[in-house]
Amino acid sequence: MLGYAVRRLLIAIPVLFGILIVTFVMARSIPGDPCKAMLGEKASAATCEAFTQRFGFDQPITTQLGIYMSDVLRGDFGNSIRFSRPVTQILIERFPMTIELALLALIVATVAGVTLGIIAARKHNSAADVTTMIGANIGVSMPVFWLGLMLAYIFGVTLKGTFLWLPPSGRLSAGISSIPFYEVWGWQLAAESGWSKLLEFFSNMYIFNALITFNWPVFWDAVRHMLLPVIALATIPMSVIARMTRSSLLDVLGRDYVRTARAKGLLETDVVRKHALGNAMLPVVTILGLQLGALLSGAVLTESVFGLAGVGRLLVEAIFARDYPIIQGVTVTIAVAYVVINLLVDLSYSYLDPRIRQQ
Amino acid sequence: MSALSRASAQYSTKIDNEGLLGDPKPMWRQAISRLLGIRSGQIGLVIILVLLFIAAFADLIAPYNPQQVLIGVEQVKKREAPCVHILGCDVSKPQHLMGIDGNVRDEFSRVLHGTRVSLTIGLTTVSAALIFGVFFGAISGYFGGWVDMIIMRLMDVILGFPSLLLAIAIVAVLGPGIQNALLAISIVTLPQYARVTRASVLSVKELDFVAASKVMGASHRHILFFRVLPNAMTPIVVLATLGIATAILDAAGLSFLGLGAQPPMPEWGTMLGSERNQIFSAPHLVFFPGIAIMITVLGFNLLGDGLRDALDPRLNHS
Repeated sequence: MLGYAVRRLLIAIPVLFGILIVTFVMARSIPGDPCKAMLGEKASAATCEAFTQRFGFDQPITTQLGIYMSDVLRGDFGNSIRFSRPVTQILIERFPMTIELALLALIVATVAGVTLGIIAARKHNSAADVTTMIGANIGVSMPVFWLGLMLAYIFGVTLKGTFLWLPPSGRLSAGISSIPFYEVWGWQLAAESGWSKLLEFFSNMYIFNALITFNWPVFWDAVRHMLLPVIALATIPMSVIARMTRSSLLDVLGRDYVRTARAKGLLETDVVRKHALGNAMLPVVTILGLQLGALLSGAVLTESVFGLAGVGRLLVEAIFARDYPIIQGVTVTIAVAYVVINLLVDLSYSYLDPRIRQQ
Repeated sequence: MSALSRASAQYSTKIDNEGLLGDPKPMWRQAISRLLGIRSGQIGLVIILVLLFIAAFADLIAPYNPQQVLIGVEQVKKREAPCVHILGCDVSKPQHLMGIDGNVRDEFSRVLHGTRVSLTIGLTTVSAALIFGVFFGAISGYFGGWVDMIIMRLMDVILGFPSLLLAIAIVAVLGPGIQNALLAISIVTLPQYARVTRASVLSVKELDFVAASKVMGASHRHILFFRVLPNAMTPIVVLATLGIATAILDAAGLSFLGLGAQPPMPEWGTMLGSERNQIFSAPHLVFFPGIAIMITVLGFNLLGDGLRDALDPRLNHS
């Protein structure tokens, strides 16, 4: 297990460096004067001189790459042009929302997808199976932004006045604010320390923050705001997972050891639960990593639809504002997160399936 | 009829069905006949044929010019709801199946013309990704060694990004617009084709007929492009069909964000994106382009699934 983990880690490191090189090349491909691009059109000659010195624009390209890499590894993405604040600080405020959205969507997609897949496989070729598979086919074909808008219309407008009404945008209702858990617990924090940044990061996940401080009104409000975005975002991965679970379980249910289990006279529920399901879940775990990529991409669109202040919307707004430091910071952070998540998925996969380790 | 001759007759029809005896059909015809026997393939093919028909004859089918502003032409208001005569709309009013858009144009005509745009987007991005992906994948798989190493590590890096995110970042550098969006989508989907081609080439190049070609003194180029690649195409064809679906979805997403096709081009994602703030007052302007995207994507997904079953039963995953 350890050997496999080390090998897998060694594959991830060149990919991470590759990502840094790609983003570096992209940043250098921005047309026009790099100083004007990174500091804004109003940058003076003196600040540009300092900028050139700082990032080594008068040095060979390899030196520039070295400076870039050491900056990124220290989490320094420069200052946002639009907000005139460090990109890292903005990411700390915005990223937790996206993580919360993607994680909740992943949980919903996995639970619902696996359940539907099991039902479809157990009742193979029944009406339930056919309906689920037609639904899954339609589910993977829907544009996430369209689904989001339609949900916002149905639940936010047509159901207005009924108990089913759900807020179509924002994270919290007006008048409700989330109080960071460290303030609730009266912790004294040194400003600007890495530790306080970390706490701030976690407190910006409103649902998590409300949960650990037992603030039920805020919790309920945040959950209600998150429901529609999560459903919109979870639909595509849910369909993919349902299809995968079904085909994998059907495959396993046809194996000899399942026949043996049935021949022993086990109840069908026990056959599925104890003998088939564990093995059928392995391919599902592999696609979870891929689905996270889809979730992070989809989060960009979902946040735009529901007016949520996450990194996805930040990125899109930054493109129109030509706020290159933000674009770079968001791209690098999401890509690194994606690689790390895939690493974790692969490691858990090898933990679940010993055959992988021995390859 | 004796039992023996009946059995042999059964045997020969069984073999004939598999196309092994008698008049041998070309492989692609076998594949098509098998595809037509698969439900998802049938539905997908019908959807795509209808869409191709609409795209080809959009000018004739569409009741209006997609760019024509109807102010002064008809008594219609901006973002007016659909008016369908058989559904009880007043016959004295002009018929607009999908209503009127924000610039007082016929939404139905725009959605019809959007078919042309979306199919073009799907086909061009996939063709570009396919040509370069297959080329790099084939070289990688056939030659191996450091060529393989370099190409595949590069592909790993591209796959290290969530695809739409990398596409957005590329558009951010190149600038918004349909061409840059298509280029970005081609780049981010290229590694899939390279990987699948490489795997396919790796298995085909070990086969005997490749060795025979080598013994006869054929050049590497000849072996790779005329012997190995044609026999390695099966999984690539399936992937490309499914890839058209993803490309259309991603392009619509970029256009929705304002990074792809720009108005007044009748692109579904753009149409949807420019009216998204009117969802509460004019939901039809969001509903219909979205349905159009969904049907198109569904068509290619179903065809891809059908092709997978028809071309290679071993790959059957759904």
